[in-house]
Amino acid sequence: MTRLSAVSALALALAASSAMAQDKNIKIGVLDDMSGIYADVGGAGSILAAQMAIEDSGLAKKGWTIDVISADHQNKPDIGVNISRQWADKDRVDGIFGVLNSGVALAVNGVAKEKNLVYMNSGAAAADLTNAQCTPNTVHWTYDTYLLANGTGKAVVKSGGDSWFFMTADYAFGHALERDTTAVITANGGKVVGSVRHPLNNSDFSSFLLQAQSSKAKIIGLANAGGDTTNTVKQAAEFGITSGGQKLAALLLFISDVHALGLKMSQGLIFTTTFYWDMNDGTRAFTKRFSERMKNKQVPTMVQAGVYASVLHYLKSLEAMGTNPHDGAKVVAQMKSMPTDDPLFGKGVIQPNGRKVHPAYLMGIKSVEESKAPWDYYKLIATIPAEEAFTPLDKSTCALLKQ
Amino acid sequence: MNTQALFAQLLVGLINGSFYALLSLGLAVIFGMLNIINFAHGALYMMGAFCAWFLLNVVGLNYWFALVFVPLIVGCVGMVIERTMLKRLQGLDHLYGLLLTFGLALVIQGVFQNYFGSSGLPYAIPSQLTGGQNLGFMFLPNYRAWVVVFSLIICLATWYGIEKTKLGSYLRAATENPQLVRAFGINVPRMITLTYGFGVALAALAGVLSAPINQVRPLMGADLIIVVFAVVVIGGMGSIMGSIVTGFLLGLLEGLTKYFYPEASNTVVFVVMAIVLLVKPNGLFGRT
Repeated sequence: MTRLSAVSALALALAASSAMAQDKNIKIGVLDDMSGIYADVGGAGSILAAQMAIEDSGLAKKGWTIDVISADHQNKPDIGVNISRQWADKDRVDGIFGVLNSGVALAVNGVAKEKNLVYMNSGAAAADLTNAQCTPNTVHWTYDTYLLANGTGKAVVKSGGDSWFFMTADYAFGHALERDTTAVITANGGKVVGSVRHPLNNSDFSSFLLQAQSSKAKIIGLANAGGDTTNTVKQAAEFGITSGGQKLAALLLFISDVHALGLKMSQGLIFTTTFYWDMNDGTRAFTKRFSERMKNKQVPTMVQAGVYASVLHYLKSLEAMGTNPHDGAKVVAQMKSMPTDDPLFGKGVIQPNGRKVHPAYLMGIKSVEESKAPWDYYKLIATIPAEEAFTPLDKSTCALLKQ
Repeated sequence: MNTQALFAQLLVGLINGSFYALLSLGLAVIFGMLNIINFAHGALYMMGAFCAWFLLNVVGLNYWFALVFVPLIVGCVGMVIERTMLKRLQGLDHLYGLLLTFGLALVIQGVFQNYFGSSGLPYAIPSQLTGGQNLGFMFLPNYRAWVVVFSLIICLATWYGIEKTKLGSYLRAATENPQLVRAFGINVPRMITLTYGFGVALAALAGVLSAPINQVRPLMGADLIIVVFAVVVIGGMGSIMGSIVTGFLLGLLEGLTKYFYPEASNTVVFVVMAIVLLVKPNGLFGRT
């Protein structure tokens, strides 16, 4: 009797696995800001990165069919949610990738869990994705507000910048970044003397800069991103803020921002990143292939690099499973059980709360004289080891860790 | 309350107001004379900034040349648009012109975004205008002071040209009754083309003025144009002086909001618009 049941169980399992083994179809959705203020950070580059990951995975040759679809969330959470739902219900998308803008990212997070999708975020900053709002479906890949606060914030306070004024983008991302950086500042003996919240995609920062100026804070912390950061930096120089002795701390800076500002305007800024195109042979080789295919020939930002690496790891995990179960939580569990390894971020792991962990770099911007080639912008100040870069697991408030 | 900070905010508001005034003036001229709601205005403003960038980086002509040439170049583009497209919509409902120019704006912005990305290009402040003055209550960059003075001159000159000169009277007459004006031997279609070109040139000029302050970005106009339309509506569609005064006033109001309650700074203009439309539907300076 036991033998019989064992045999039939085996037969069933074989039947099931052979039926499932035939399902080698994968559908990837890249949801990003394609046309707005963050389009150069992610946008078309994120779609390209996903496609390159699929090509490099070599799965097509092994009989897998992989489709990529993409959409523009326009930095609006409601649009992001609608598209994600449609992708899950109608287009049968297996995983959502990219998703810049923390406001949209947190909204999509709920949909991914409800519809049991794979959700690999490379773009949003809010550390909430792997803390209070973590889900079994979510992996947060590239960076987060905890990292930015700890990397840049700590370095600035330690070098004497102990009084801060924040200029904060008035949505989930800015709030999270201000919150996490404030914690780091006070923990290291500094203080925050004030802050002002500006609307997302603002063009004139002069009144906010005047408030920052009259606060007499040593450091003006920019808890904003993309075009907001570039305009702030440019106008801070115009209003004599930097020459007046106050320093800017751009908490989040992408290489597309530095390019837009020009070295003359941005030199001397320090910031934290997890990827730079000119780090090693692997990143340079990828960058060469990437920028050749970009319309504006730009090098990959850390967000686009994150899309590449996260898609690659997703595909590796599916290959290891041998079939696509179309079950987000199951695939994410598989991804967490495998160490990650890719040419852009090196070796790493995904923690149980969904946080991808890798080293980060405190960078400075080269002066005009130091820069030898196009896009030769960053110089390494310090490497933050993987175990220090992100929220320690015992401090993470993710409910998944309590099980 | 800190009066020094308040003064500073008011001055900054005035600077922003001068952009609103220049742009809404162009819109008012075009609407007043051609009856076209020119939604492409923001895109043409953006083209002005890009054109200045090209002149500097490709041709090698500096900011001062750009101030002269860019309005001419972009104005010509405007005239081509009028001759080839807008002209065909004459006498049709406003909605057709609005849709056409809105579509045009999307196309122009899309093309620029495709080639230049969304973060934009840097354009430095001309060396003669770098630095600034310490006014006691604030540090006023020389360039911003120049923007206020220069745009005020342009605005007043335009108002004078349209309301007080003979050419202006032809223009105003042609909008009232084109047949009659034509009967006096005046080439009305040519005048309309030139007027559109002029309105567009004003937008391009604003683009050049703003290039050193803001990033030269494909979406710089799209972000601004909505506010500018609100300014035009508040001032009264087609009223020249109305659009100038309202532009500066709303800049000031925005400055005050940024001081007292920054979170509302990008909605305050629309709140005012809603109130004005309820109380005085033709706008503050509109003719009934």
